[in-house]
Amino acid sequence: MTIDTTPKMRWWERLAHPGQFVAWTTPLVWPLAGLTAVLFLLGLWFAFFNSPADYQMGDTVRIMYVHVPTAWLSQFVYATMAVSALGTLVWRHPMADVSMKAAAPLGAAFTAMALYTGSLWGRPTWGTFWEWDGRMTSTLVLLFIYLGIVALWRAFDDQLRAARIVAIFTLVGAVNIPIIKFSVDWWSTLHQPASVFRADGPTMPGSILVPLFIMFFAFTFLFLTLQLVAMQTEVRRRRVATLERKAARGEAA
Amino acid sequence: MIELGQHAVFIVWAYIGVFAGVAGLIGWAAFDRSRVGRRLRELGNGRS
Amino acid sequence: MSGFSALLRRELRLALAHGGEMLTLVLFFVIVGAITPFAVGPDQALLARIAPGIVWIAAFLAMLLGLGRLFGPDHEDGTLTLLRLAELPLAAAVAAKVIVHWLTAALPLVLATPILALLLAMDGETLGRTMVSLLVGTPALAGFGAVGAAVTLAARRGGLLAPILIAPLSVPVLIFGVGAVSPSGGPDQAWTALLLLAALSLMAAALSPLVAALALAWGEE
Repeated sequence: MTIDTTPKMRWWERLAHPGQFVAWTTPLVWPLAGLTAVLFLLGLWFAFFNSPADYQMGDTVRIMYVHVPTAWLSQFVYATMAVSALGTLVWRHPMADVSMKAAAPLGAAFTAMALYTGSLWGRPTWGTFWEWDGRMTSTLVLLFIYLGIVALWRAFDDQLRAARIVAIFTLVGAVNIPIIKFSVDWWSTLHQPASVFRADGPTMPGSILVPLFIMFFAFTFLFLTLQLVAMQTEVRRRRVATLERKAARGEAA
Repeated sequence: MIELGQHAVFIVWAYIGVFAGVAGLIGWAAFDRSRVGRRLRELGNGRS
Repeated sequence: MSGFSALLRRELRLALAHGGEMLTLVLFFVIVGAITPFAVGPDQALLARIAPGIVWIAAFLAMLLGLGRLFGPDHEDGTLTLLRLAELPLAAAVAAKVIVHWLTAALPLVLATPILALLLAMDGETLGRTMVSLLVGTPALAGFGAVGAAVTLAARRGGLLAPILIAPLSVPVLIFGVGAVSPSGGPDQAWTALLLLAALSLMAAALSPLVAALALAWGEE
């Protein structure tokens, strides 16, 4: 009889090895994708077939079903990157920088979608496709930060060296984003006639909560699925780079 | 389908754009994954 | 403390030895401000209204331009590695560099502002407030600039990338910098903006040397 003396590993330790990470998360991808698809179908059904128009906004409230989730994701993905950055710098988790790198283009895409849907909502509501109001402006600045981070990753040949540098810049961004939001809100109240429109953007009436929640979860699971796939691809990409380097040096793989 | 109201075109374009974006993300994720996977197999598939 | 002051003196000597560069930066600042009327028209009322904004943008761009000299030369000739391994903490070395960068890039800009005031139909009081807001706000720009320069030092085409990273961070500085000048909201609002600007500058001055030092160290390893 043998006594098992290996210590029990917590899940984040188990996932620390890249190969282990890919092995453990691969079975999760298709179920997550399926769940995402179901949520989207359900949300769309509710959005177009089973929910009333808002008494104030009219039918354009249906744009909110895609605008609010993408706007939420634009911030949630950055929070994910910031936590990953801490994971890289403070806890030195091997998969943390992979997570950070995978999230950046996703965050940029969702932020762009938030701006796009917000702009289309703004045209019938305010009359213009773009209004320098506090929320949209902050989101625009956030998009620039995302794109800068994506560009920063691509500017380094050595991705492992890039990891800590991008991490610290991500954290600088994280600290600054509330400051930017505050300053942009202050600035927009300077320049906007106060009475014309609500400074805090569209309000959410209770009648539309069901499709909103469903779409909210649909988008969040979409991000989680894409993030997982992107992380696995990044792990494989680094393996490719290692193998190519070995082949170039003439060693056995 | 319920009435889309007078601003239907904006609603439609919003959803078209979002689904194009989502499809783009999914398509790119799949394409990138298969491209890297193919390269990995070419190199003799180390361990992942 | 003596290591720090020695480094400070060294940076100052180096920067002043290249006095021509300081003048070039001031010239750039004035030129950016001077070409704006060609773009927006010479209407005095319009220029007077947007002049503080133009001055701030010109200052922002000029400070971006000066960033290449912050870490570049020392990185190329290996001094940065020596500074990293020296007894003086790298953050202190970076702080010395940022201080000198502010003295030799921002201060001359402030002194050159009256020229732009003349060209852009700024009245005396607005000029005074603009100069004060530049004095208070440029340390924040220098701090963010140092972080951007440090992060992109080891990157390809880092000089092109740094402004992209620095600009979003500088949005609050621009907002409060111009807010401290504009009389439209009244003196209370201008004062609030100035205080917030000062807070930003203090925070940037305190934290940016630490952040930049980390980025520099990790870039070299």
